[in-house]
Amino acid sequence: MIKAILIFNNHGKPRLSKFYEHFNEDIEQQIIRETFHLVSKRDENVCNFLEGGMLIGGSDYKLIYRHYATLYFVFCVDSSESELGILDLIQVFVETLDKCFENVCELDLIFHVDKVHHILAEMVMGGMVLETNMNEIITQVDLQNKMEKSEFFPFFSLFTDVYLSVYQAGQVDTGRYCRSTCSCRISCKEHEPPGNAQKHQHRRHKHKSAKFTFLQVATARS
Amino acid sequence: MALKIVKGSIDRMFDKNLQDLVRGIRNHKEDEAKYISTCIDEIKQELKQDNIAVKANAVCKLTYLQMLGYDVSWAAFNIVEVMSSSKFTYKRIGYLAASQCFHESTDVIMLTTNQIRKDLSSPNQYDTGVALTGLSCFVTPDLARDLANDIMTLMSHTKPYIRKKAVLIMYKVFLKYPESLRPAFPRLKEKLEDPDPGVQSAAVNVICELARRNPKNYLSLAPLFFKLMTSSTNNWVLIKIIKLFGALTPLEPRLGKKLIEPLTNLIHSTSAMSLLYECVNTVIAVLISLSSGMPNHSASIQLCVQKLRILIEDSDQNLKYLGLLAMSKILKTHPKSVQSHKDLILQCLDDKDESIRLRALDLLYGMVSKKNLMEIVKKLMLHVDKAEGTTYRDELLTKIIDICSQSNYQYITNFEWYISILVELTRLEGTRHGHLIASQMLDVAIRVKAIRVFAVAQMATLLDNAHMLTGNTQRNGICEVLYAAAWICGEFSEHLENPMETLEAMLRPKVATLPGHIQAVYVQNAAKLFATVLKSQEGNTDSTTAQEASQLMIDRLPLFVQSANLEVQERASCILQLVKYIQKLQQKDVEVSEEVCALFAGELNPVAPKAQKKVPIPDGLDLDAWINEPPSESESEDEQPKAIFSKEEPKHSRPRHTEVDEKELARRREARKQEQANNPFYIKASPSSQKVYQETPGVEHIPVVQIDLSVPLKVPGLPMSDQYVKLEEERRQKERAEKKKKDKKKRKEKRSGRGKKHDSGPESEEDITPAHMVDIVTEEMPENALPSDDDERDPADPHKALDIDLDKPLADSEKLPVRSHRAAEVLKSPAEDEEGENVSSLEPKKKSSKEKREKKKDKDKDRKKSKEEKKKKKHKHEEKEEADLLCGQADEPAFQSEETNEVVTPPTSTSADVSDLDFWLSNAPVPSNTQEAATVAAAEAAPAPGAISVTTPDSEPEEPKDTEMEETKSSKHKKKKQKREKEDKEKKKKKKHHHHHHHHGDKGGEESVQNGTVEEEEPLPPMSNYCLLAENSYIKVMMEDADEAYDIQGNLQDGSQVVVSVIFENKCDSFLKSMEFNVLDSLNSKLQRPEGSGPHDSLTIPFQLPPGVSNEARFVFTVQSIIMPQKLKGTLTFIVKNEESSTHEKLDFKLHFTCTSYLITTPCYSDAFAKLLESGDLKSSSIRLEGVNMPFHHLLARICFHHHFSVVERIDSCASMYSRSIQGHHVCLLVKISSQTVSVDAKCDEPTLLGNVLDEIKQTFSQC
Repeated sequence: MIKAILIFNNHGKPRLSKFYEHFNEDIEQQIIRETFHLVSKRDENVCNFLEGGMLIGGSDYKLIYRHYATLYFVFCVDSSESELGILDLIQVFVETLDKCFENVCELDLIFHVDKVHHILAEMVMGGMVLETNMNEIITQVDLQNKMEKSEFFPFFSLFTDVYLSVYQAGQVDTGRYCRSTCSCRISCKEHEPPGNAQKHQHRRHKHKSAKFTFLQVATARS
Repeated sequence: MALKIVKGSIDRMFDKNLQDLVRGIRNHKEDEAKYISTCIDEIKQELKQDNIAVKANAVCKLTYLQMLGYDVSWAAFNIVEVMSSSKFTYKRIGYLAASQCFHESTDVIMLTTNQIRKDLSSPNQYDTGVALTGLSCFVTPDLARDLANDIMTLMSHTKPYIRKKAVLIMYKVFLKYPESLRPAFPRLKEKLEDPDPGVQSAAVNVICELARRNPKNYLSLAPLFFKLMTSSTNNWVLIKIIKLFGALTPLEPRLGKKLIEPLTNLIHSTSAMSLLYECVNTVIAVLISLSSGMPNHSASIQLCVQKLRILIEDSDQNLKYLGLLAMSKILKTHPKSVQSHKDLILQCLDDKDESIRLRALDLLYGMVSKKNLMEIVKKLMLHVDKAEGTTYRDELLTKIIDICSQSNYQYITNFEWYISILVELTRLEGTRHGHLIASQMLDVAIRVKAIRVFAVAQMATLLDNAHMLTGNTQRNGICEVLYAAAWICGEFSEHLENPMETLEAMLRPKVATLPGHIQAVYVQNAAKLFATVLKSQEGNTDSTTAQEASQLMIDRLPLFVQSANLEVQERASCILQLVKYIQKLQQKDVEVSEEVCALFAGELNPVAPKAQKKVPIPDGLDLDAWINEPPSESESEDEQPKAIFSKEEPKHSRPRHTEVDEKELARRREARKQEQANNPFYIKASPSSQKVYQETPGVEHIPVVQIDLSVPLKVPGLPMSDQYVKLEEERRQKERAEKKKKDKKKRKEKRSGRGKKHDSGPESEEDITPAHMVDIVTEEMPENALPSDDDERDPADPHKALDIDLDKPLADSEKLPVRSHRAAEVLKSPAEDEEGENVSSLEPKKKSSKEKREKKKDKDKDRKKSKEEKKKKKHKHEEKEEADLLCGQADEPAFQSEETNEVVTPPTSTSADVSDLDFWLSNAPVPSNTQEAATVAAAEAAPAPGAISVTTPDSEPEEPKDTEMEETKSSKHKKKKQKREKEDKEKKKKKKHHHHHHHHGDKGGEESVQNGTVEEEEPLPPMSNYCLLAENSYIKVMMEDADEAYDIQGNLQDGSQVVVSVIFENKCDSFLKSMEFNVLDSLNSKLQRPEGSGPHDSLTIPFQLPPGVSNEARFVFTVQSIIMPQKLKGTLTFIVKNEESSTHEKLDFKLHFTCTSYLITTPCYSDAFAKLLESGDLKSSSIRLEGVNMPFHHLLARICFHHHFSVVERIDSCASMYSRSIQGHHVCLLVKISSQTVSVDAKCDEPTLLGNVLDEIKQTFSQC
């Protein structure tokens, strides 16, 4: 069983937390902090397994993590899971994110936590591995996203393109941005202030302008 | 309207969406909390609006805030609102939020039941999917109970996407509502063979998860998993299954034996490291489970160790880690094979990765021996010095202690060394394990008598330097050591060199800063020391020392009398008054020492930790009964804490060496040395041992070596443990040299008096003798202690509730609650729920009949199981006796069907599945095995040629001249025969139809017989499926086709197989032997012959028949097409032999394969049955039977028994029945009876087959 899946960045900021067992919010934050503390002090080239999380689990549980650029992906699992299997699963997860977000970067995870959750839900359910085939996962995620879109088209069929551009603005832009800047899988200079601020501004601007266009169109039509 | 909607969405555009929120938070880094609180206010406003889109947006933002640690439970109701939106987009947001923040105590969850149920049955698979995903995170016992049935239906959904989710969520449902496990299990089991790999993997996942906690209940699935393991290519599934086997093997060693080979193959063939690793792990588990019985698996162990070495040597740290982890498992049972890799493991101790070092430490535990203990500990001590993190250092400390103290200090040869290691460990800064060191010191000092002198000296030094340990408040943990030191010095004070000094050290004002319980020990032991001082001064005319001691006590104790700690205060004031009194006496020159010593008299023995628990309760003692009137209890409690300070031995029994005069002492020493020199078995102690110590009283004797004063934490005056390593080395060398000499001289002399305590060590270690003649006192246990009863499971473990026997048949009350109105169900049990539901949905009449039938079914299943079990047992038994008796099993159904009519066998405890498993474990799969065994047996029983002579068939009875083995066999068959004859007579009396034509049955047939019975008062006539094939004056041949579908999936290329059991009965008085059975193959049906024989060769029947004996053989036929009945011509040749002569005889027969013989009784659920009928793939046909005057249940029983059907549902005079052919054709029947006319409406996907089956049914009944 998987007890929890945590994603946080090099500074311990949570980017996604999924607990398959209930803890209250304070404990959850403590767990994230503790896990970050344990994981972050480890060298880059040591093994990816870790025992000794006090708050979560106990002796039967292990932390299995991978570090991609600015993000740590940590799975807390018990002894029924294969350690190497979970490492593969993390890889599949990240590759799936990469496909779904087109060159995923930390910003995608920041702004689209919900989407990451939906992708994760196709892989792990209630703490058990549901699907490990990346193509299958992507197909299901895409189908659901399509369905989501189709729910809005009846009303906005007249300006589909505009809507779509707004809807996908985050993803598409991010992708382009990242492709031009770096080649690493999860690649983002999230916490280096100047670059970050710039990128952030850039994104903000994009979003805003897109919204503005959309609004203009919407009012014009009505 | 449209305008309104558009307006709504425009409003929405002005709201903050998730992205805006995130951005806002990032822009307000300084006052994040404030910003978020304003956002939450906004969200609260948004949630108040009617627009669901706005609400969904707000909930989405809340989900994000929840991740940041904000409590959003106040919005639970709004989340439920969003969940119930009809739009997938919003629904998904709602379920996501719910899965993140709902939990068992969220009260709005109970509002969601109907919504979830609606979503589960939604036509849109993603609605269902989202609901399942959400539910998996917040399922509660109530939800689980209410929705279990819905989810179970989803397990057979058409879409694999839903199926796999439904299967997976069942695990959560089981956890919350354990009652659902048994009803859902059959379907879960089915899913193991689902065509979709995802569903299959989910099912494997769930069962593995279940089986991990309660493996014994899942043993019966082993054959299925074995099949999956050998056929699956999905590594995920394989890993899970292999892990599962790892959990199962400890329960069933035979399973392990079966596993070794395929696992070894996988290890050799797979390229996936994860799979390889799990295989190795499971092989290790198997080896552990076999370790007692099977010594010859060294190849497998070698393979594992070798593969693990490759892993450990890999540059990938992950593999290294896992390799070490697995290695530690081997270590437990096969330490020797791991010990050869010591170099590698010691190397890992230096790894930069802490996880790896910890794993290597674990391994060290099993690698130590008497030889290398000191060396290894020395290495570890170096690591202790180097280690930066306290966690790792603490880990090292506990490991050192673990390693040294394991199995009763087995590997310690020099306890002085160990004590000095412990003392060195006290220098550790900030360790949490002071108490651990303390308890080790106490344990060693108490149990190793020879070491006490040394230990006391060390402890005295420790006490003297107590400021070193307590100087820093941060190092509080270590001051526990002082507790042990004080106690040891007090308790064994007779060994102290200078009790006065130690007494002074123990009464320093600084002591008052120690924790209360340590102070208490100090005070109490100061009193003991005081007693010792008095004792030592006894007889001494100069009483100043004694008086000094009293004065010291009187001066210092008041400090403790003022202590805030009650324990300290009480002891101090007590002792203070005592000392004052003693001082008075001293001033009057009264000898008091004896009385004072008597205070602490008594020998101390260690008590086993569990001793108290294990005291058996004497007969007639009721611990709960009041002895006196209730309110008098507190007295006994006072004694407990004092148990630590048990009494010292009376001093006079051990005269101190100082009292003996020096000359006498020297003389004795000389004598002793002389004696030792002449004694070949005397082991010389190391120079620093107690002997030296005794010679020169005073502090000087303590080897003061290597005091590095620049390191402030070293306690001056303490010997370094390293020194012992050298000394020990020298000692051993000397010993070795000495022994060599002696061996040369006295090779023949028996070695005795070695004083070796532990002979379990490896051979090479025998050379090493302990430096001290240590007496490790074993811990005391009460007389006739109870056997151990540990390993109790945590009662809070949710999996405990899932420890359910899955092989027992389902009881009526166990049905899952079906959809019902919540209002009615609050106080009812699930079973009642169902009933209530039944009343509302079905006619009462129907219901009652249905229930009755179900009950009956259960009972029948029980019966059937007990039968099967018997059968299996018998089968196994026979197998043991002789291989060619293998065929004896199949002729039993005939009797048993009768038996069950006479006796209602009570259900027995062991289940049929378990015996199935036994069968699987002891055999290869049935059909092939039968053949193999048959051929082997045939080879054995090959007739001896040249025994041909003239025969007289009707010659006088003759005694069989066979071996004893044959006799027992024949007698057995005689009994059978008698039984059979009786049966035959009965049959003939009642009904004649049995012998007229073919009746077929199989094991499943019996079940169907019972299936059909409704009224118990009318017993069924006995039925048999054996029919006469041919008969002559010598032999009677009867056959039954017990069709075993080799491949139920119906693979035409492989052909389907039918097994025919033939009973051969010797009717004459001669011996029948060399029987050969041959059948002329047709295009469609072929007899399976052993490999290498031609298509027309006959099969040798693997047994001989003494007069009057019958036996059974089974033949396997391959059938291509099953839609038409078949007839095959065959011949049986045999030799009739009596004393004088033997003749060849021949008997022709015709084998008739009816179409019903291709049917297998297959149980079918009514819902699946309904689906099948609706599917429209089936062709229908019907027949009408006139003049049937038998009760309906008899009619059904006949159809079930002779034609291999099972009853799906029966309502009054109408029943639906189902069967499946070996090639997978479905056959459905609807049987109705009305006044002697029976109409059978049938549907099947193969019309020809159906026609033939119906004809055969008709024929069966026309014979009545």
